[in-house]
Parts: sequence; C-alpha cells; structure tokens
Amino acid sequence: MKPVIELRTSPHIHSPRSVESIMRNVVYALLPVCGYAVWLFGASALALIATTTASCMLTEYFFCKISGRESSLGDWSVVITGLLLGLILPPGFPLWMAAVGAFIAVGPGKMLFGGLGFNVFNPALVARAFLQAAFPVAIMGYTPALALHRFTEVVPTTFALPLIKAQPLTEWIARSRVDAFSGATPLMLEKFDHVHTELLPLILGPRAGSSGETPALLILVCGAYLITRRMMDWRIPVAMLASAFATSGAFYLADPSRYPHPLFMLFSGGMMLGAMFMATDPVSSPVTSLGVWIYGTLIGLITILIRLKGGLAEGVMYAILLANAVSPLIDNVTQPRTYGQRRGARKKEATT
Amino acid sequence: MSFLRRNGFAHGVHVPDFKESTCHLPIRRLPFAPVLVIPLSQHTGVPAIAIVREGQEVVRGEPIAKPGGFVSVPMHAPATGRVERIALAPTGRGDVSPAIYIRPYAGASQEILYGAPREIDPMTPDELIAAVQETGVVGLGGAAFPTHVKMKLPEGKRVDTVIVNGCECEPYLTADHRVMLEQPNQVLAGARIAVKALGAERAIVGVEDNKLDAIEALRKAAAAIPNITVASVPAKYPQGAEKILVQALLGREIPSRGLPSDIGAAVFNVATLAQIGDLLPRHQGLIERVVTIAGPGVAKPGNYLTALGTPLRWALEQAGCAADVASVILGGPMMGAAAGSLDVPLTKGVTGILVLTARARSRRKIHACIKCAACVDACPMHLNPSRLGLLARKERYEEMERDFHLNDCFECGSCSYVCPSNIPLVQYFRLSKQMNRTRKAAA
Repeated sequence: MKPVIELRTSPHIHSPRSVESIMRNVVYALLPVCGYAVWLFGASALALIATTTASCMLTEYFFCKISGRESSLGDWSVVITGLLLGLILPPGFPLWMAAVGAFIAVGPGKMLFGGLGFNVFNPALVARAFLQAAFPVAIMGYTPALALHRFTEVVPTTFALPLIKAQPLTEWIARSRVDAFSGATPLMLEKFDHVHTELLPLILGPRAGSSGETPALLILVCGAYLITRRMMDWRIPVAMLASAFATSGAFYLADPSRYPHPLFMLFSGGMMLGAMFMATDPVSSPVTSLGVWIYGTLIGLITILIRLKGGLAEGVMYAILLANAVSPLIDNVTQPRTYGQRRGARKKEATT
Repeated sequence: MSFLRRNGFAHGVHVPDFKESTCHLPIRRLPFAPVLVIPLSQHTGVPAIAIVREGQEVVRGEPIAKPGGFVSVPMHAPATGRVERIALAPTGRGDVSPAIYIRPYAGASQEILYGAPREIDPMTPDELIAAVQETGVVGLGGAAFPTHVKMKLPEGKRVDTVIVNGCECEPYLTADHRVMLEQPNQVLAGARIAVKALGAERAIVGVEDNKLDAIEALRKAAAAIPNITVASVPAKYPQGAEKILVQALLGREIPSRGLPSDIGAAVFNVATLAQIGDLLPRHQGLIERVVTIAGPGVAKPGNYLTALGTPLRWALEQAGCAADVASVILGGPMMGAAAGSLDVPLTKGVTGILVLTARARSRRKIHACIKCAACVDACPMHLNPSRLGLLARKERYEEMERDFHLNDCFECGSCSYVCPSNIPLVQYFRLSKQMNRTRKAAA
C-alpha cells in the first residue's frame, strides 16, 4: 500500500457510523429476505441470488483492476446490488442472463459513472430494466411459490443455455402445482385476468413474483431494523407508500368495480421491496429534506399510474428509475433556506 | 420540517460529551512555569504594545503592555518576576507573535497584590466600557474578541437582551461548567455590568440541560436579581454557537453577515463575564483563566486555574501525559485547533487543552459522497454540505459562495463529524473561503 499522509483539521472526533457499517447493515437486513426467498422458491432462487451476487462482485473487482484503483469490494455496496438484483428477478430466471444483468448493473450502471457515489440510477434497477428489454419472455417466467420439489430440483429455465430456446415453464408448473397458486403474479392476474388475490398471501409472501419481492411484512420488518439504526431514510418509504395509497385510493373511490383496493396495491408486486431497499438508495435519491418527500411521493404516484393506466402490470422499477433521473433536479429546486438568509435571497442575488 | 422544542433548534448533532472525567472536579491551581510567555497578539484586533523593557522587574497583576487601539486590550504580568526578553513566540494559530517572556521568581506568591478596590455602581456606561478594556478581558469562550468592543454599540443600534452563554457544547470541556458552579455570583455581577454598559433591559443565562447543578447554582444566585433569568437549553451540539443560542432563546435570527446587535442582542461567554464581575470591582487585570485539561491521553484530567503564558509543555507535565499521544488540541475536539508545538503558551482564548491518543484518532478511509444527507440534516445553519463538498472538490469556490452561502458556515464541524464517507468537509470549506478571500484581494 502506498504511504498515506493525512493532514486533518477539526473536528478531531468522528461519529462511529461509516459507509462500510451502513452498507454492511443493509446486507444484514437483506439476508432474511434472501433466506425466505429460498424457502419459498427453493434451489433456483438460491442459485439465482448466488449468481447475481458473485457476478456483481467479480464485475466490480474487474473494473477496479482495469482502472488501477484499490478494490472497492470492502465497502459492501456491491453486495447489496448483487443481492437486490437476485431478489427482483423471477426465481427461475436463467443464470447466464442473470450474470449478464449483474455485469450491466455494476459495469455501465455503476463503475462507468465512477463507482459508489457517482451513479445516477440504482444499479440493480438499471440491470432489471436492461433484462426486461433484452429478454422479455424470460423475465415474465414467474413460477409459483412453495412448489413441491423446489429443494430437490430447479426450475427448468434456471440452467438454460445462451441462444438455445428454453423449455416452456407451463409443464413444470403444472407438475409442481400447489393448490390455487399459478405462475402469474397477483398484479398480472388483477390486470389481465381480473382475478383478485387475497391480502394474506400478499403480506406473508407465498405467491408468484420476483424471488424476493413477495414477503411484504418481512421486508417491512427488515427495513424497520435499518430505520431504527438510523441507516435508512424513513421519509422515502413513508412518502412513497403514502402517495401510492392515496393515488390508488382515489382511483378505488372513483370506481371500486374497476380498480383494486389500495391495500392490495401496497402489498403486491415490488412495492415494499422498492420502497424499503431500492428507492432509499442514498446515492440516487435527493439530499434535501423537502426533496426527499417529493421524491418518495413521485415514485408512489408514477408506480400507481403505470399499474393502473400503463401497459405493464408492475411499475415500481420504472417509477424509481424516473425519480432517480429527476433527483438532481429535485435537489436543485429544494435547497434549504439557510439560517440568516432572507427567503428567495438566492434568486435575487443570482439575477443581479 | 423543523420540530423546534422549547429553547431548542432544528438539526445539530448529538455528540458523546466525554465530560464526566472532569465535570465533578473542583478548579485547582497550576504552579507557575519556569518561564511565562505573553504574546502581544492573543486576541482578535490590533496587537498590544509592550510597556516594559528587558530585565525589568514586574509584580503579579501589573500592566506590561498597553492596547494598540480601540480594538485591542492591555496585558498584565501573570507572576512576580523579571522580564527575561521580548522576542517572537509560537502561537496556537500556528504563526509567531512578539511576546514578553517573564521568569517568575522562585517561590513567587500566587496572591495578587496589584490593584485597589473601587466602587463600580456609580460608573457610567462609558466608564464601565473603559474599565472593561483596562482589565484586558477578551472572549474567553474561544473567540478572544475584545469584550469592551462588543459593549460599545455603534450609533443607532440598541440591545435589549444580554445573552450569557453557558452552553459549553463542546465535548470534554467543563471549564465553564465549573466556573458557573463555583462562581455564580461573579458571573451574574459580570452580566449586570454588561446589561448596564449596553443599556439593555435584561440578561438571560443559557445553560445546556446536562449541567443541572450549574443551572441550580445560577438560579439560586439570580433569585434576588429581577432582570436576570436562567434558561435551560437542550444539550445538543452546537447549542453554544452564538447564532444558534440567540435563535433558541429569543427566536430571532441574526442576518447573514450580521451581528447579534442587529437583532437587539449581545452574547457573552460565562467565563468572560465571571472575570469582568470579579476584576472590575478590584481594579485588576486578566492574568489567569480556568482551562480544562482532558482527553484519553491525560493522567490527571481536571480544570486548572492556569497563569496566562504557561507553555503547553509545562501544563501537560503537571497533568501527566500518556506515551502514545497523537495530537494536542487547543479548545474542544469539534472546533479546536491542533497545536503545532508544545512551546505554544496558554492564551486568553484557550478553553481547553485536549490530548488525543493514536487510538482515539485513528485514520479512516475517505470514500466518495454517497449523498446520504446526514450532513444536510446536521448542519445547524441549514446549508447543504454535501453539495458544497462536491463543489469544493471541483474548485468551484465562487459558486459555493454565491449559490450555496459558503460564508454562513461557521465551521462547527457537525457535517464532518457525521459524514460516513469521512470527507473532511470543514477542511474543504476553510480552504474554499480562503481561496475566495485571496482571489478577491487579488482582484
């Protein structure tokens, strides 16, 4: 290691919180969600999460190496990206595609911007958006939870090879079908088949969906752990969920026969995982107090609009990516009023 | 989104206060050092002018330097002895200043023989202000700004409230706490002098609620004085910053680049007023002050009544020092400056001598800003340190000043303290301000 001379002025003491400790705790908070995903979806989910995490770490190591920088694996942030990417893909997602996604997340999504702190978008969501565009069939390959042989055999698509047409999932789903659970997610059922899903499986998690997005209650608890340790901004999930509730509530009140209940909206799809672990990514969210509220509200609003008025069943991903894009702008227009400065003084000074 | 508690302020940080090692210890005297060094420039403003010659004998308390102008104060001999020489000496700022070296006589008494008691009640405000200048008292809370200058209001300004700052929000420091506890009457006497000199109506003593015994002592002493109240404020850093305390107690904001007198307030530190209340009736000068010597590297931490001019080396020898000392800080750990030399003498503005060990000050890896907003939520001035730090890295100093109010930062250190990426934000801001000053001077 090169010798480092540190010249520092006051303050001479420092809070024990560090980037490493925050990121490590986010990983701890994600582990129960990963464990539950493996319980629900079996070996495929385990292989998927392991693949995305390892691929993300390898990509980060590779980019550090070729740019001649010290490896940044030690800050744990890439582990979060890896775990999250695994959690937002269908459990039977082909592993080679997941590895490509991991490369996209960490390479173009993060390291090309300059690494931790410089990325504009949430890296895991960049990859998810890429995969959705590149492999539209595979990304819709949802399988039911609690399938019979989930620990002894993998979903046939898991080990699909590149450029070879994968076996259709329908046969496997039919064979391992558990009562009442189909391969379509509750949001897809609601939107395209007008089939309603009960609230309880939504809250507890045994339903089709991305491998880690289903246990809404568990995700809430894990997020609450980070909030109590002051390692997550509680304002973002609160704003996002409140705005999603209010928006879908307005639709529901206007026409309860056409639109689902707002509680269904809160606990379905990637709403909880997005609110707790994706929208709260500090790097791609605003820093100002007012800005954070606007940002969270915006995500909730766009999510519901996409879900109810767009062509897709789920909208959390694009809502967060859109809000990421405008987050610097939100920061610019919501600068706090400095003590001792007159309101609007900044504008006046700028024009004179 | 500010939830203002009574007397509180939004933002700020909760820093562990490390005060328990010294806050229960009574003030003790430190013996005279073999040589006392009195820099002629140890206050903000014009340096003092020496009025003694080398070789001259001086008596403890006798004036040895006269003020160099209105914004300047005299110096007094801290010990009976001989003026050894008048030469340059290192200061806590890192530069050098001409200084008077006094070698106390062996066995010189700490009794102060110089000065004669006088009646201060009949004195007019202007006479009081002149008398305060004569004592040589400057802001003992760290600023070292001549106190009499703050008492002399410019034409047209009016002050209704004197704020007595007993917050002492810096960790480790307990000197003000002990002064309030042991000398409440002097503090209040000083407050009355300030009220009279300024033509104010009342005084409010603001004390953080982690010093309940001091609040009680002051309240007891103030019971008989109708226009002095003692207010408890929440213990939170930087509660003791002038702008923050005024806002907390009066609900008034000091305008940017303004002074407390712009909103009818004047702020004095408790130790400053205790000295004025003590010295003025006795017609004496400031020759010693209470200093907290503490930190993980000190064997006998405590509050020491120390002669001005005592070199740090002597003070630390008396208090005992650990082997693995990493740095010696003058002042508190949040805003104090690391001493460049142990030959630096104790000056009027030094509130504490803090000894940090290598373990207490370990080096931490600096990451890029992750925009976690911890600094934004900590800044008591409601600045955006995150953005300012990014701009400083890009050397966009003018933009920092014009659009992000860089000059409103008073360098309290809250942002650097909370930053999980360990970015030395305050250090950047100091440099940026200096850059802007230098560029303006060149233009």
